[in-house]
Amino acid sequence: MKKVIEASTAVALGVKLCEPGVIPMYPITPQTHIVERLADYINDGLLSSEMIHVESEHSAISAALGAEAMGVRTFTATASQGLALMHEILFVVAGMRLPVVMAVANRALSAPINIWNDHQDSISERDSGWIQLYVESAQEALDTIIQAYKIAENRKVLLPVMVCLDGFTLSHVYEPVDILKQEDVNKFLPQYNPLFKLDPKKPITMGPIGFPNTYMEFRKQTHDTMLDSINIIKDVNNQFKESFNRSYGNGLIETYKIEDANYAIAAMGTACSTTRVVVDELRKQGKKVGLIKIKSFRPFPKQEIISCCKNIKGIAVIDRNISLGNEGALYTELRSAFYNQNKKPIIKGFIAGLGGRDITPDHIKTAFKKIENSSDTEWLL
Amino acid sequence: MEKTIAGISTEEFFASGHRACAGCGVALAARHALKAAGKNTIVVTATSCLEVFSTPYPETSWRVPWIHGAFENAAAIASGIDRALKTLGKRKDTNLLVFGGDGGTFDIGLQALSGAAERDQNFCYVCLDNAAYMNTGIQRSGATPKYASTTTSPAGKIIHGKTEFKKPMPFIMAAHGAYVATANITFPLDFINKVKKGLAFDGPAYIQVYVPCPTGWKFANNLTIDIAKLAFETKITPLYEIEKGILTISRKPAKEIPVKEYLKLQGRFKHVTDDEIRDIQQHVNNEWKRLLELEKNKSRVC
Repeated sequence: MKKVIEASTAVALGVKLCEPGVIPMYPITPQTHIVERLADYINDGLLSSEMIHVESEHSAISAALGAEAMGVRTFTATASQGLALMHEILFVVAGMRLPVVMAVANRALSAPINIWNDHQDSISERDSGWIQLYVESAQEALDTIIQAYKIAENRKVLLPVMVCLDGFTLSHVYEPVDILKQEDVNKFLPQYNPLFKLDPKKPITMGPIGFPNTYMEFRKQTHDTMLDSINIIKDVNNQFKESFNRSYGNGLIETYKIEDANYAIAAMGTACSTTRVVVDELRKQGKKVGLIKIKSFRPFPKQEIISCCKNIKGIAVIDRNISLGNEGALYTELRSAFYNQNKKPIIKGFIAGLGGRDITPDHIKTAFKKIENSSDTEWLL
Repeated sequence: MEKTIAGISTEEFFASGHRACAGCGVALAARHALKAAGKNTIVVTATSCLEVFSTPYPETSWRVPWIHGAFENAAAIASGIDRALKTLGKRKDTNLLVFGGDGGTFDIGLQALSGAAERDQNFCYVCLDNAAYMNTGIQRSGATPKYASTTTSPAGKIIHGKTEFKKPMPFIMAAHGAYVATANITFPLDFINKVKKGLAFDGPAYIQVYVPCPTGWKFANNLTIDIAKLAFETKITPLYEIEKGILTISRKPAKEIPVKEYLKLQGRFKHVTDDEIRDIQQHVNNEWKRLLELEKNKSRVC
């Protein structure tokens, strides 16, 4: 059944279908609609989760840590400064292998203070050990929340997942969304059965001190698991397709008209929707161009990207973030992925859409022109 | 509640063999608090000496489920556990005990603790007060007493140690409506009974236990209990409870002993002048008088 709903509501409905036991919540624009809807469901008796009205995002993620350590499915949501405030505990949650799922309504970081969209908040947490999935539509937001729990709680993963949706540009946009049936979601996502939990019947110590003789092994295990999660993310995407007849590329990347393309635009989030329109326009002009949407930024799907670029001469990378003093993060990662390949496309980075500035079709077209016209030697006349 | 020491469990839930310094007051308090809480307990510990010396991976001293996340968030982690217990239907039959040092409680953890108390979350928070950041090497905290020398409030030629009195943490927690008690490792029965009371309280409980630190306070490590006892006898650390805002003094010293007797045993006070000792004595006298009045009037402390 399709309904026209706000993407934030789609996230909240996705969470409701997963029935988390505990939801710590703290307001921050543009995430707030998500927790407001969840509070509605709980106070109307439609969802039996325990709300915790924490006094900060730092406590939101800490309370999620505590509840998840009890073996209880947990959800929270944040954005921007809130995610930055969580920074310290994000690493702890991942290091303790607690499969918390969190929505991030992507927003710029201060200063100057700015409540509008870019990806700087979550990109700045890329090394935290959280799986990061960027979505493009309200439907994908709902579906990805459900997939996120299945990925996170897989015993071969046990890592937290961030579901990132563009603040306002997606979070506040109304779209037709197919709302899944509870019984179907229950079949797809079984009840959480934790491997370890705090239980007086079987006492364990969680979060001990790791000295130099053990710390690196913990870090390597988490890294290896993150890499292995590539296959689990693909599996979950396939299972979702079998259950609900809908999927998003291979779960890690999604391509559009890439098969015969010579050039590609790589992007994340809602900029991909704009790019699809531009690809169609350019195709009409005879340009062989396609889209590579990077859905999973962590783990970074190097092989999947390389495989779909066999005939690609050039890639224009749209970054809604900037590592000040260097370049956009997606650009860095994409170029690094190709470094050891014999055949490398030309790759150019474009910074766009920071602090809520629209990424327009003209921006994408300009990026395409620059990559199409670039050559090894350029004249400075 | 136990009337004599004979009633205290002989079972140990905090195993020996940990790496605390000889004479550590924290280790003793943790052991006694666990005797009060028993087997059916979940423990949260803030980053602290306690967390470091009790869990060098793969070893652990904890015979009950135990979790550590970070420094300032023990009360927030406990909040998540509290509500998870509720959602699992295990809230009534599980004790939730939280340990934080004075730095992790008075300073960096205050926001999370205040939030949890305001939400009426159900756990017993035990602040292990050794009056400085001992884990990082004896730095000044909001719990450090005036004139005490620490590595960040040294006894210099111009400035003699810490320049402020201790933050009135028990009263801050009482203002939140918590069950509040102060305790001292010299009186284990009193401490254990207060922890039991705190765990049984329907809502937040805050117990501040005085745990001398031979390393940080610079005294011989066989004097821990003597120092703690003197802190009580000189009224540096009075023992009281605040229930529903009403204060009761748990035990009063039998005779008047000047604070100098307590100060002179500790290296952290060896620089203090007679004037400074008078200032400390005056402060102690005023605080004690205030407690007596509060007890006598039976009026809400806040």
